[in-house]
Amino acid sequence: MAGTYTYPRYAYLTPPERHDGAARRHPVVVVGAGPVGLAAAIDLAQAGVAVVLLDDDDTVSFGSRGVCYAKRTLEILDRLAVGADCVAKGVSWNVGRTFFREHEVYHFNLLPQPDHQRPGMINLQQYYLEEYLIKRARQLPTLDLRFRNKVVALQPGDDGVRLQVSTPDGLYTLAADWLIAADGARSTIRQLMNLEMEGQVFLDRFLIADVVMKADFPRERWFWFDPPFHRGQSVLLHRQADNVYRIDFQLGWQADPEEEKKPEKVTARIRAMLGDEREFALEWVSVYTFQCRRMKQFRHGRVLFVGDAAHQVSPFGARGANSGIQDTDNLCWKLRLVLDGQAPDSLLDTYSDERVLAADENILNSTRSTDFITPKSPVSLTFRNATLALAREHAFARALVNSGRLSVPAFLTESRLNTADSADFAGAMVPGAALDDAPLRVNGADGWLLDHTGGHFQALLYVLDASALDAAQTAECKQLGEATPPLEVVVVSPKNGIAAGGLRVFADCAGRYAERYDARDGTVYLIRPDQHVAGRWRSFDANRLRTALARASGHF
Amino acid sequence: MPLKLEANFFEPGQRYWRAYTPGDDFYEALIETHRGLSDEQSALLNAKLILLLANHIGDISVLREAMAIARQDV
Ligand SMILES: Cc1cc2nc3c(=O)[nH]c(=O)nc-3n(C[C@H](O)[C@H](O)[C@H](O)COP(=O)(O)OP(=O)(O)OC[C@H]3O[C@@H](n4cnc5c(N)ncnc54)[C@H](O)[C@@H]3O)c2cc1C
Repeated sequence: MAGTYTYPRYAYLTPPERHDGAARRHPVVVVGAGPVGLAAAIDLAQAGVAVVLLDDDDTVSFGSRGVCYAKRTLEILDRLAVGADCVAKGVSWNVGRTFFREHEVYHFNLLPQPDHQRPGMINLQQYYLEEYLIKRARQLPTLDLRFRNKVVALQPGDDGVRLQVSTPDGLYTLAADWLIAADGARSTIRQLMNLEMEGQVFLDRFLIADVVMKADFPRERWFWFDPPFHRGQSVLLHRQADNVYRIDFQLGWQADPEEEKKPEKVTARIRAMLGDEREFALEWVSVYTFQCRRMKQFRHGRVLFVGDAAHQVSPFGARGANSGIQDTDNLCWKLRLVLDGQAPDSLLDTYSDERVLAADENILNSTRSTDFITPKSPVSLTFRNATLALAREHAFARALVNSGRLSVPAFLTESRLNTADSADFAGAMVPGAALDDAPLRVNGADGWLLDHTGGHFQALLYVLDASALDAAQTAECKQLGEATPPLEVVVVSPKNGIAAGGLRVFADCAGRYAERYDARDGTVYLIRPDQHVAGRWRSFDANRLRTALARASGHF
Repeated sequence: MPLKLEANFFEPGQRYWRAYTPGDDFYEALIETHRGLSDEQSALLNAKLILLLANHIGDISVLREAMAIARQDV
């Protein structure tokens, strides 16, 4: 088979514990250097936390797995300093087309609004995402990434966890105050702790093929129901980096995976799909089945589960790695505040609450897509085909066509960390929402809201004229910087201006901030370190902000 | 009132964050109603459902329009 990608091999180094035999205690150990464990370790190490990251392998994800990374994930990856690499290498897209038999019935646009830095989605082979994350991880002085270190036993305790790790040099022991379990769908940690996952297995098989070819398919997602070249089943096409196309063929439960994987069989399917004699080469073929399930809770004392270890979804909707990376975005700032003694450890329970809710939303949406794509009964198939038949002409039916509801962030509207609205606001930036991006000018340079928020608590104070803020107000704003945890007040203003007292000013040059946040003179938003709205008001009141800040950091 | 052909699903008191959610809520409930039924039972359920909804709509001119669209290309 063709090989457009050379797998890196990362060196194994004898761990310090094996040199001197002394067991060490670390504030945070992350198990599993898949996309999710890497994101967690980078997020913490960027903030100066000492992290040990263990992985049983010495390379990146093998073969064809994750493809689509969503806007919100790219925004998080930007904060981890790998977003630009991913976008530069990946194929950006916003439009998805759906075909039924011979005809297009429907298309959607993931990002109908202008003025966002990142596209709705990129397609990128998972090995590239991991390669870029590993490159970033290795730049961080407090991140100790250990390849070929496999966790084989664990002892959870009230104030930490002891781990047994197997390496090419033999076993060693290490202790952690906090353990992040990012060891994937078959999580060793979960099994060692006898924790269950509940959910549903789908009785269907899908063939995935990575195909190298020079083709002029547009930068779009194409999905076929019952196409002439693959009768009775569905097909999905994604263009990835390096002219590698990923094709998913639904096979049905009865299919024989070994038979279906034979190159001549796969080649014939692709030939029928392309409908011409153009050249292509197979790079990867596999058959997969999937399930939708999650753990009851993602926090178990000092052990925090993230990514596939905590929850799994069907691939329709690309909600796997995307949601795992969003887990880490939710978790890491909370863990940091707890480590720094700035928040009670019950703040970590809200990690579980918030991300269980997000996992349920992901499971619900990907289950619905799966049920639409692979109907389970004749009547369900009849409804599906009736919907598709009506969709060509009628908008209501187009809205029902479900070829995958692609990954978007959950609205954490039920979170205990939110302060409820006390005034009316238009739009979607409610307490619990992930921030919408907007173009800004900061210190005369063009930038984006999401590049200038996150990492710590911020209050965005919108004023029509930044230079009109009086000294007393500025002093109050500055004092919030001394709060626990610290709160930075930033002035957002339609005009370039200089605020007194050294407050930063974001110029809302295109007016999108005012529009998307329904901001008027005096409107304040309290923003969490993970770029979610925690509360909002129509006027500035330092005491009210302090109360909301305390709540948002777990002091209920 | 003419037959509505734009997306029209909603549930009183619900706020939706994604445009597809109300339609998906309905579709799931529809498929769920049929769970465990034989093909014959499903056909009977569908017939009862159409009669209930038709009576709810009441306006026979609207129903005629819907019946004509449903009949196309069958
Ligand atoms: C066909 C397919 C298509 C997909 N498409 C998409 C998509 O388009 N978008 C998307 O977002 N997601 C997609 N996914 C899902 C995505 O691949 C997973 O959600 C993602 O890999 C989960 O990341 P993770 O870091 O949680 O786990 P993993 O990637 O599984 O990483 C776990 C890591 O832990 C290591 N490990 C395991 N046990 C131990 C141990 N005992 N000690 C030390 N290390 C250990 C493993 O070696 C591995 O490196 C797809 C999946 C499939 C199968």
